[in-house]
Amino acid sequence: MIKVAGRPESLTDKQMHYCPGCTHGIIHRLVAEVMDELGIREKTIGVAPVGCSVLAYEYFNCDMHEAAHGRAPAVATGIKRVLPDKVVFTYQGDGDLASIGTAEIVHAANRGEKITTIFVNNAIYGMTGGQMAPTTLLGQKATTAPYGRDAEKAGYPIRVSEMLSTLTGVAYIARVSVHNPQHIRKAKKAIKKAFETQLEGKGFSLVEVLSTCPTNWGLTPIEALKWLEENMIPYYPLGEFKTPEEVE
Amino acid sequence: MGERILMKGNEAIGEAAIKAGCRYFFGYPITPQNELPEYMSRRLPEVGGVFLQAESEVAAINMVYGAAGAGARVMTSSSSPGISLKMEGISYIAGADLPCVIVNIVRGGPGLGGIQPAQSDYFQATKGGGHGDYHMVVLAPSSIQEAVDLVMEAFDIADQYRVPVMVIGDGMIGQMMEPVEFKEPPKRDLPAKDWITDGCKGRKPNVINSLSLQPEKLEEMNWNRYKRYEKIKENEVKVETINMEDAEIALVAYGTTSRICFSAMETLREEGYKVGLIRPITLWPFPTETISKAADNVKAFLTVEMSTGQMVEDVRLAVNGKVPVHFYGRTGGMVPSPDEIIEQVKALGGGK
Ligand SMILES: Cc1ncc(C[n+]2csc(CCOP(=O)(O)OP(=O)(O)O)c2C)c(N)n1
Ligand code: SF4
Repeated sequence: MIKVAGRPESLTDKQMHYCPGCTHGIIHRLVAEVMDELGIREKTIGVAPVGCSVLAYEYFNCDMHEAAHGRAPAVATGIKRVLPDKVVFTYQGDGDLASIGTAEIVHAANRGEKITTIFVNNAIYGMTGGQMAPTTLLGQKATTAPYGRDAEKAGYPIRVSEMLSTLTGVAYIARVSVHNPQHIRKAKKAIKKAFETQLEGKGFSLVEVLSTCPTNWGLTPIEALKWLEENMIPYYPLGEFKTPEEVE
Repeated sequence: MGERILMKGNEAIGEAAIKAGCRYFFGYPITPQNELPEYMSRRLPEVGGVFLQAESEVAAINMVYGAAGAGARVMTSSSSPGISLKMEGISYIAGADLPCVIVNIVRGGPGLGGIQPAQSDYFQATKGGGHGDYHMVVLAPSSIQEAVDLVMEAFDIADQYRVPVMVIGDGMIGQMMEPVEFKEPPKRDLPAKDWITDGCKGRKPNVINSLSLQPEKLEEMNWNRYKRYEKIKENEVKVETINMEDAEIALVAYGTTSRICFSAMETLREEGYKVGLIRPITLWPFPTETISKAADNVKAFLTVEMSTGQMVEDVRLAVNGKVPVHFYGRTGGMVPSPDEIIEQVKALGGGK
């Protein structure tokens, strides 16, 4: 076997359980590379969500704390208040963060908790089998929206980054995507900036990462990347919504 | 320590926690326990601690979950409807084997209920409340001094067994003023917290978790935890018995109702009635043995509660049919008077 790239130290060598073509794995890797580059592995505590990434605590090679569905920002708050000199991040799906845990993320952000949230938006509930998420696009089919999401009945897909960036306690918010190498590089830069924001004690930071769920979207991995680009990005525009420079 | 000061129950509980080394408090307002978070918001910054008013009870208990995982002595408090919301987090805390202290100043329910004293959260506190096979240690003080002593010990019990400990009171305990003295709890051998998540420098990463997808594994974990509960049952039962040596009727009551039963008993004794009092201090583990032994000597039990009858079930289990177990309850925030209890005892023949 030819070694193309080494595994970041901040990842364990456990084989990930994600479906083929799922971009959760890429996002894990980006977070781990950033932790390596910032040299923070031994002072980081990650908070794992409930969702497909529920086993994130087996993959990140740092102290990890598993949270109840949606409560990761509250758990992270508790950890960070006890350990203000350590780095604390949450890794959360869209069901976790934008549905059951809406209150927790809004208030952690609003308090300016010095934590970093990696928000994986795949527009669906992956783990429980493809039900509608708050981020499911209009017209998009899900097992609980068999005719496609209808705004009249199910409301509109939530733009979390835009919503949270209105809060004063927030220091950094960006939305990125991982559908091609160029965007993956940009995603990593944003994740790094989010962690740096925390290290500099500036306030709450969040990176929303548009991600695929080929399994529940009913698409091949390649089709899924294309679907993300063509359907998600127009509704969920990429970019930085708030930066520490603006705050200062 | 050593000096006696007059304090309100809720505030005394807060001070006891601080004296026990609690430096983190996460809570959300609800009557009748508000003086406790208010006190903590004043005092914790003075001792280098952190008070945070969470956005909800759900968030508060999950902050406790995080702080406990990070190795801190941490407390939250609430009253009945808020405790219901905390049950999710308590189940996770129990599942992840973390220590913390939760104060429940119980009010009448169900639903929004009222704000007057009640004991109707007994089932919720002692039988689970949240999902899954778990227990909390539940301590029920009947005076402010005892509340202080038990809160201080609660942190040690939590640390020793890695379990959540609930201190349960009601509006009377929370609002009443009594002189208190802060005494060190008996020394315990507390295990090192080598499992905490505070950054993995110089060691392998730690994981705090309650997920176990393999049934065999989860079953093993649950039985292991159960063994710890058995140890708690062996070591931690607290109960007070008064006038039980010659009693023919045994009153059983905890917290506020035990004080009322005590007054009733004194009056009845003056009139020549052979009445005793068994006062569970730990509601879980329940003083089953004390009650079972008493059942060999008394003619009947009368359990008195501010509920429609919750603890009485545990009393009946302990008595196991040996003698009748009667029940007298007031609910909805109504507090029984000594006269009501005297009347009940006399109706039972009174043991004269
Ligand atoms: C209180 C509670 N409600 C529901 C569930 C079931 N559940 C597990 S994962 C999940 C949805 C996760 O979706 P998302 O956060 O979008 O993550 P994904 O799986 O798509 O990565 C739900 C509803 C749960 N575990 N706990
Ligand atoms: S179900 Fe979807 S989100 Fe979950 S691992 Fe599979 S592809 Fe990824």
